[in-house]
Amino acid sequence: MAEEGGLQIHPMDQFQIHSLFGGDIGMFTPTNQTLWLGITVLAISALMLAASAGRSMIPGRVQSIGELFYGFIHDMVEEVAGHDGAKFFPYVMALFTFILFSNLLGLLPMSFSPTSHIAATATLAIMVFLTVTLVGIWRKGLGFLAMFWVSSAPLVLRPVLAAIEVISYFVRPLSHSIRLGGNIMAGHAMIKVFAGFAGVMGVASVLPIAAIAAIYGLELLVAVVQAYVFTILTCVYLRDAVGEAHH
Amino acid sequence: MATEETAHAAAEAAHQAGMPQLNFATWPNQIFWLVVAMVVIWFVLAKIALPRIGGVLAERKGAIAKDLAAAEELKSKAKAAEGAYTAALDQARAEAAKIIAATKAEIQKELDAATAEADAKISAKAAEGESRIAEIRAGAEAAVAEVAKDTAGALVSALGGSADEAAIASAVSARVKG
Repeated sequence: MAEEGGLQIHPMDQFQIHSLFGGDIGMFTPTNQTLWLGITVLAISALMLAASAGRSMIPGRVQSIGELFYGFIHDMVEEVAGHDGAKFFPYVMALFTFILFSNLLGLLPMSFSPTSHIAATATLAIMVFLTVTLVGIWRKGLGFLAMFWVSSAPLVLRPVLAAIEVISYFVRPLSHSIRLGGNIMAGHAMIKVFAGFAGVMGVASVLPIAAIAAIYGLELLVAVVQAYVFTILTCVYLRDAVGEAHH
Repeated sequence: MATEETAHAAAEAAHQAGMPQLNFATWPNQIFWLVVAMVVIWFVLAKIALPRIGGVLAERKGAIAKDLAAAEELKSKAKAAEGAYTAALDQARAEAAKIIAATKAEIQKELDAATAEADAKISAKAAEGESRIAEIRAGAEAAVAEVAKDTAGALVSALGGSADEAAIASAVSARVKG
């Protein structure tokens, strides 16, 4: 196609999922996504197991990193989700490390980021949504519905606000997942677009290459920030289920 | 086979056109492997890594608290030792002062005794001397009287008189007294 002379950029090709060993993609077929999920799992396990293997009183470098992660997420869960949210700490930690590592590993050239796929982020968001809803109903019963009834508002407004609250509650998994998937996808696609320019611009390619370097730096930030945002929103939602009412 | 191939090609073409994210044919596969990955990560973290790190953090917290308590205890011990030292020093000072006072009193007593003894000796000696002086004086008076008597007798006899001894003696003693 490129021989035809036109600018042919396929920014979305990098998100293509294909079977690792050929053939159609069935439910259990290992794909390139499976490979990078596996690499993510191995990276997280390697870091966290190495960080916790020594168990020394004075931590070394790897142990310090592990303790940094632990302290960061533990404090977040305690402060945002409340003291009762502490039992969700391993779950939140798994979410955070998975998203962070997947985002960052996706920035390696030729790699693949599972979090650039809505299927993955939607699954994570729906898992959070179901956890919050089920735990909330289990712990508070019908009292869980009180969070939709804004008792501090004037009585006439309450039904309207309740409708808005219910809608926003059910929109949560959508915004939760598309925020993450969209950010990662857009960054990767943008880098690819500039790379396509760089391929056809001759000497002037330095401009798109410089832009790629800048965007890459921005994407590093986005990778970390989006992992943080997803995690802290999870904690905020968990507070609805386990914390005291805040309306 | 041929139909399958064409169907596959058609599907490929469809993927190429749009976003691979919206190719719902891959969703079950993606979701399945994602859930597997999440379960593995959760297991590694919740069952192995996090309890260990939490344990280390708790242990460190405990150790720090313990060390602080030990330091506090040592500090109070040092304070107590200082107090004991000061008390001992004060006691020793008091003891020394007492000993000094006692020694002074003893010396004073000895001194007083010695002084008294010396006074007694001195007064005894003085008395003795006085008695000797009195004795000597008495002896001297007697001698004077005798010499006077002898001299008077000799004078009387030299003048040619004969003197009665008794009369001379009484005359002399009357004169000596007068």
